[in-house]
Amino acid sequence: MGGFELITAQSLIVSEKHGAVGVLRMNRPEALNALSHPLMDRMEEALKNFEADSAICAVVIAGSERAFAAGADISEMQGKTSAEMRADSHLSRWDKVSNFPKPTIAAISGYALGGGCELALACDLRVASETAVFGQPEISIGVIPGAGGTVRLSRLLGRALALEMVLTGRRISADEALSLGLVNRVVPVELFLDEAIKLAHQIAAMPPLAVAAAKKSTLHAMDSSLEDSLNFERNLFYDLFDTEDQKEGMRAFIQKRRPNFVGK
Amino acid sequence: MTEGIQIKPLLVEIDGAVMTLTLNRPDVLNALTLEMMKGLLESLKKAEKDKNIGCVILTAAGRAFCAGADLGDLKKRQEEAPFSLGDELRRHFNPLILQIRRMEKPVIGAVNGLAAGAGASLILSTDIKIASRESKFINAFSRVGLVPDSGMTYFMPRFLGMSLALEYAWTAKPITAEEAFRFGWVNRLVDLGQVMDEAQKLAQELIAAPPLSVALTKRAMNRSFENNLETQMEYEAQLQEVLGKTHDHAEGVAAFLEKRRPRFEGK
Repeated sequence: MGGFELITAQSLIVSEKHGAVGVLRMNRPEALNALSHPLMDRMEEALKNFEADSAICAVVIAGSERAFAAGADISEMQGKTSAEMRADSHLSRWDKVSNFPKPTIAAISGYALGGGCELALACDLRVASETAVFGQPEISIGVIPGAGGTVRLSRLLGRALALEMVLTGRRISADEALSLGLVNRVVPVELFLDEAIKLAHQIAAMPPLAVAAAKKSTLHAMDSSLEDSLNFERNLFYDLFDTEDQKEGMRAFIQKRRPNFVGK
Repeated sequence: MTEGIQIKPLLVEIDGAVMTLTLNRPDVLNALTLEMMKGLLESLKKAEKDKNIGCVILTAAGRAFCAGADLGDLKKRQEEAPFSLGDELRRHFNPLILQIRRMEKPVIGAVNGLAAGAGASLILSTDIKIASRESKFINAFSRVGLVPDSGMTYFMPRFLGMSLALEYAWTAKPITAEEAFRFGWVNRLVDLGQVMDEAQKLAQELIAAPPLSVALTKRAMNRSFENNLETQMEYEAQLQEVLGKTHDHAEGVAAFLEKRRPRFEGK
């Protein structure tokens, strides 16, 4: 994996910088990385730091080999009323991940269940180990996914498969997830984090303004009409012609050399 | 291994790095009861997790290896609480076969005699098969109006080719030890008294090999049934990326160059 710079290790989130790639590792092994309030607090902070850090161009969110995250912390919410749950902003943490402006890659091994599955779905790309297991088992404990499960699964998989997952709680293996388009690739368990970081480096090597525009346009298209999306895309395309990286990229292409992007 | 009048239907012995599982109901040709299947699954999971175990031998006491499911036990359980044969497979047989295929340690089948029905499936699921010249495989599902199960319809066409697989399944004709050897269904034939010696010898050889290499080789071979050449070669490249960084790879190369025996550590 090469050298990297450790930023925090004291806690529920281990944060590292691998060159232009930020890596967040959930670190609550005794609870299979159940996504408690404190853990998601730390994740939000770590994401904020990576957002502010202009040297970071892509972020990997990972768990351990055994569990990406086995769910939200059920013991935290078991006794709560509807009003208490509403007053709590815990679930908005998942939106912070999906709204993160730089590309995010989930590196998933072992359990990605409930809130863990939703966290993986909130990322832009997903790299899974062969042992990854996806599922939304909330229905079996009297609730439904609350952090985007029904919404993102229906968009990614279509209505029938999404409904099967959220109505029965059926778990999906890595190979099935790949065939359904739920993950980008599946690799041996020993490689899942390396592979996610490698993929992040590929993106980090691209001109950052174009990367941001590509992500913005793709996400916009998920929620808008065809006409609106095409206009949105075209405007971003035109905008990029005022950037140095567009000039450099096209010049290098014509001169048959590698471009040197500056992020401007 | 008798304790009073109670005889254990499954013997579990651990000698060094080798776990030997012996089906032990020779009076009923080692027919599988729920207790035996649970014991097998539990022991295989233990072998998978235990760092000190490197290889498993699966064998049986007496003249037969295993006559398949114990129909008396099955009937008794069905009377207590009805369940379908499909559910019986899903709950007990399928997890056992999957465990043997998926665990990343060698499982050697030491076949002393007759293996019928699920007993034959159990043997087919093992990685390497040593059989006695008296052993015989019977696929009698068609005689009782069923399909071959516990992986049999997966393994048979792969070992025998489609034509022979269908012929043996439809006619329930026994496959003799000689035929099984010729088909590549078993690795080698030995005299009855030597089955365990031969299996032990092989187990010793396998536990001396670099464990991660042994494990990932099984993983890669398992995958080959589902992949095309290009995908499989990419998969090999990924595994080689993992193993290329291990101590055992460096040690193997160093030992070769220095013309000495390697000392593998499983790292």
